[in-house]
Amino acid sequence: MPAGLALGLLLLPLVALIVRAPWAALPSLLAEPTVVQALGLSLTTAAISMVVCLVLGIPLALVLARSALWPAIPRRLLRALITVPLVLPPVVGGVALLLLLGRRGLIGQWLPFTIPFTPAAVVIAQVFVSMPFLVIAVEGALRASDRRFEIAASTLGASRFTVFRRITLPLIAPGIASGALLCFTRSLGEFGATITFAGSFPGTTQTLPISTYLLLQTDPNAAIALSLVLMVVSVVVLLSLRDRWVPGVLA
Amino acid sequence: MSLVASLTVPGRVELELTVTPGRTLALLGPNGAGKSSTLQALAGLIDYEGTVRVGSRVLDGVDPEHRRVGYVFQEYLLFPHLTVLENVAFGARAQGRGRVAARSQAGEWMQRLGIADLAARRPPQLSGGQAQRVALARALASDPEVLLLDEPLAALDVEIRDEVREELARHIREWGGLTIVVTHSFDDVTALAEEVIVIEKGRATQRGSVRSLVAEPGTSYVRRLVASWSED
Repeated sequence: MPAGLALGLLLLPLVALIVRAPWAALPSLLAEPTVVQALGLSLTTAAISMVVCLVLGIPLALVLARSALWPAIPRRLLRALITVPLVLPPVVGGVALLLLLGRRGLIGQWLPFTIPFTPAAVVIAQVFVSMPFLVIAVEGALRASDRRFEIAASTLGASRFTVFRRITLPLIAPGIASGALLCFTRSLGEFGATITFAGSFPGTTQTLPISTYLLLQTDPNAAIALSLVLMVVSVVVLLSLRDRWVPGVLA
Repeated sequence: MSLVASLTVPGRVELELTVTPGRTLALLGPNGAGKSSTLQALAGLIDYEGTVRVGSRVLDGVDPEHRRVGYVFQEYLLFPHLTVLENVAFGARAQGRGRVAARSQAGEWMQRLGIADLAARRPPQLSGGQAQRVALARALASDPEVLLLDEPLAALDVEIRDEVREELARHIREWGGLTIVVTHSFDDVTALAEEVIVIEKGRATQRGSVRSLVAEPGTSYVRRLVASWSED
């Protein structure tokens, strides 16, 4: 019985969303300028965040995977640090980012430009919350991959960089792909850290989830339409990850 | 040019050995005797004390990728995401050759080893014997001065072992470089090697030509091996 209740709790809200969706008006709702703007901003920032996560997260995953040989305390600290954004309320992340990069922030006061309430802030907030997904997925793939292939490559005359590029990266490609997808979805859905650190200026920082929340008060049908869009993206990502869900991502 | 090594891997093996061109050295011994550690040290994959010299070249402190020591691993370790051709061409590519040059050179080796028709296959689609030949071609195509073979027949089914062993012996002789083969099978020793060092518990207990070993087994381990071998 509790299990049934749990399932219902997971499933019924989605059913409600689908049942109550203004299907007939959907095309015109999705064509509204505010919606198009928010959708464009969200897709762009989420894509940039994904790329930033890849560029910064893969090296971090390598360090994390190699940290198996470290002493226990720094090893656990590193792992805990990387997982912090997974458990931290996103709003807290947003406040913390403001205190660091805001106009009077720890680092922000020295910068010649302003970060908060710009599209760059949106990206930084998204990277902050979604990086762990990439790092943990890639690290899992690295741990599962056979290091001996790298050794074999080195005996054939391959430098460390060549080994990484031609052996390590291709072998963990599925892990990278699923990590990147998770990053993208998490970025696309980011709300708390974004609204705190980047605000909600239409066209510059008002992403899809924020727009959805605001529209719910003025134009509920448009909000439902946006919710549907976000849900469809999630389902597509879930389906494409179904076969290669990297163990540890949910741990 | 010959390979002269005097090396110690603490806690595992302490050994002196010499290999000359065309006279393959077999390291024979029971599991855990230190044979594989010796190969790994020669290839620069683990730390060792002592000196390894190929001709006038000292290999100590040289990274694996610059030692020119080819290694055929017991499980072959063919790169699963590359085709057979790409596997064989990997060494030349990694060493800076262009794609076309590397592939044509790889093609020549595959021709020589009779695996040219496997070029487009992926490692999981190969039989054990085929995988072994690809691993050998990959190692030889990387232009090594020394070739190390770690239990090259252990991963194969018993029925095909004799045939593959003869093939392997032929290819090693045709190559004619400095070759060391690690094995615990006396069949491998007689088919593949001219010289042999018996390693037991990390130390050489007998060394000499394969013939001398058969004529005068020095330890009970060798006696047992020779006896069961001559029964076959």
